[in-house]
Amino acid sequence: MTHAIEVEGLIKHFGATQAVNGIDLQVPAGTVYGVLGPNGAGKTTTVRMLATLLPPDGGRARVLGHDIVTEADALRSRISLTGQFASIDEDLSGWENLLLLSRLLGFGRKGAKARAQELLQAFDLEEASHKQVKYYSGGMRRRLDIAASLVVTPDLIFLDEPTTGLDPRSRNQVWDIVRALVNDGTSVLLTTQYLEEADQLADRIAVIDHGKVIAEGTSKELKASVGSGVMHIHLADPAQREAAQQQLAQALSVPVHIEADPSALSVQFTDTTAATYALAELPRAGIALSHYSMGQPSLDEVFLALTGHPAEPETTQNEQEVQA
Amino acid sequence: MNQEGTSTTLHSAISRRARPPRASMLTCATAFGWRALLKIKYVPEQMFDVLVTPIMFTVMFTYLFGGALAGSTSDYLQFLLPGILAQTMIFTSLYTGVTLNTDIGKGVYDRFKSMPIWRPSPIVGAMLGDVLRYTIASTIVVLVGLLLGYRPETGIVGVILAFVLLNIFGFGLSWVFTTLGLILRTPGAVMTVSWIFLMPITFASNIYVDPATMPSVLQTIVAFNPVTHLVTALRGIMDGGLTPGQLALCLVTPITLTVIFGPLTMLLYRRKR
Repeated sequence: MTHAIEVEGLIKHFGATQAVNGIDLQVPAGTVYGVLGPNGAGKTTTVRMLATLLPPDGGRARVLGHDIVTEADALRSRISLTGQFASIDEDLSGWENLLLLSRLLGFGRKGAKARAQELLQAFDLEEASHKQVKYYSGGMRRRLDIAASLVVTPDLIFLDEPTTGLDPRSRNQVWDIVRALVNDGTSVLLTTQYLEEADQLADRIAVIDHGKVIAEGTSKELKASVGSGVMHIHLADPAQREAAQQQLAQALSVPVHIEADPSALSVQFTDTTAATYALAELPRAGIALSHYSMGQPSLDEVFLALTGHPAEPETTQNEQEVQA
Repeated sequence: MNQEGTSTTLHSAISRRARPPRASMLTCATAFGWRALLKIKYVPEQMFDVLVTPIMFTVMFTYLFGGALAGSTSDYLQFLLPGILAQTMIFTSLYTGVTLNTDIGKGVYDRFKSMPIWRPSPIVGAMLGDVLRYTIASTIVVLVGLLLGYRPETGIVGVILAFVLLNIFGFGLSWVFTTLGLILRTPGAVMTVSWIFLMPITFASNIYVDPATMPSVLQTIVAFNPVTHLVTALRGIMDGGLTPGQLALCLVTPITLTVIFGPLTMLLYRRKR
C-alpha cells in the first residue's frame, strides 16, 4: 500500500513548550485518517508542519513522496489546507475569495469566474455569494473555507478541526463533503477532538496526547484494545447501587465504575457471555433494572483508558495552542 | 435545490480535472493588487487620511508660511508644490507597513503561504494597491494647487512623469515599512516607529525652504537626504530643466531600498509564525 504521509520522529518546540514530541504516522493513500486528541495535544502544530507552514525542529516527514522541508514548493501544488481558524479573507465576499484563489491557481479570467460560480453552487453558498464573509454563519464560513481548499482538487487535503463549533446540521454537511472527497480519490487528514467524528469518518485513527502518538489503528481496533465491550446499567432504585456493584464485580472479576448519575453503573468486560449472565443475576437478587445497554466502548472511554484523563478540552491548553 | 441535486453538483465540482498552468508572477501580483482595491471598496473611510491630509498641508503651508518664506504666497506655492507631493507620498507609504501588520495575523495568510504561488506576491500586490493611494493623493494635491494658482511649467506631461517618479520612489520606500510591519508586534507600534523615522527625513530636506538659509551642518544633512534628491528631481520635471544626474541620484534610493529591504521583507515573511 502506498502512503500519502510518512512521518518519523517529528519534533517542534516553542520556547520551553514541547508542542510535538516525536510523532510517527503512516497515512495510507486514498483514505480518511483521523488525528484525535484534546486541545493542546499538538494536532494543529503537526498539521502546520506537514502543510509546509512551519519548519520542524527535528525528525523527517514525506507527504505524497515529497520531503516537507527540501521539496516544500513541489508539495504545495498538491495539497490544500483548511485551518482551524478561518483561512479565508473575512473582509471580502465569498465570490471574491474564490475568484482571487482561482486566479492565483492559474485559471484565466473567464475560467476563474466559472470555477468560483461552480463552487458556490456546489457548497450551497450562492445566496450569500456577494456578502462579506464576516457576516456568514459558522457553517457557511466552514463550507467556504473547504471550497477555497478545493479550487484545484488536491491529492491530499488537511482539515484541521473542520467541525469545531458547528451545529449538527452544518457538521453533517461537512461530513458529507469529506466522504465525497475521499470517494473521488483525495486523501484526507483530519484532526478532531470529537471522538464521534473520528469514529464516523476515519478509516484509521491516531490518538495523540502531549505531542506523542499514544495509540493507532482502526476505531474497532482501538476500542478492542481497551476491552471488547461495555455495559451501562441504570437501576430502578439508586439505594441498591452498592449491592449491584459488589455482585457484578464478584461475578466478572473486573472493576465496576460508578457513574455521575446516582442510579448508574458501567462495566468494561472481555467475555460477553459471562457479562450477560451476570446482568441476568441482578433481578434474581432483587435488584430491579430501569434500563441497560451493551456495546463496544465509545471512543470517549477509549481515550480515558489510554490517557488516564478524559478528552475534555482544557482552557489553559487551548490558549497554548492558539499562541503556537 | 433538493438533496440529490446538491450532491451531484458537489461531486462534479470536486471531481479531478487537469489543473491549470501555474499563474505567472504578474498574475499573482495583480490578483493581490485587486484584493487591496477590494479592501478600499469595503472600508472607504481608510482613504480619509489620504484625501484630507494633502489638502490640509498644501493650504496650510502656502498661506501660513508663504508670505514669510518667499515674499508672496503665489511664489511660495510654485516652490512648495512638488515638495508637498513628495511629503504626501512619504506619509502615505507608511500605511503599507501598518496594513501588512494588521493583515498578516489573519488566517488567510496561512492559505496564501501553503499555495503554489510566487511567494512575494501578497506583499508586492498590496504595494501595487498603494500605487492607487499615491496617485489619488497626488492628484488631489495638484488639483488644490491649480485652484490656488499653481502652474506646472511642463504642463500635464510633467505632472504625469512626476507621478511616475513618485510611485517608483514610494515602491522602494514601502519595503522599509513592510520590514517594520513584520518585525513590530502591533499596527500602533509600526505607526509610531515609522513617524520617528519619517519626521526628520521629511523636514530636514528642501521641501519647505531653500537649504541655503540653513546652518552648514544641516545643509550637509539635507544634501545627503534622499528626500531632497526626490524633490529636486520633481521640481526639475515639473518646472523643466531636469538633468540626468538629478534623475539618477533620485533613483539610487528606491533601487537601494528594494535591493536591501525587499529580500529582508521576504525572509521575515517566510519566518513569520
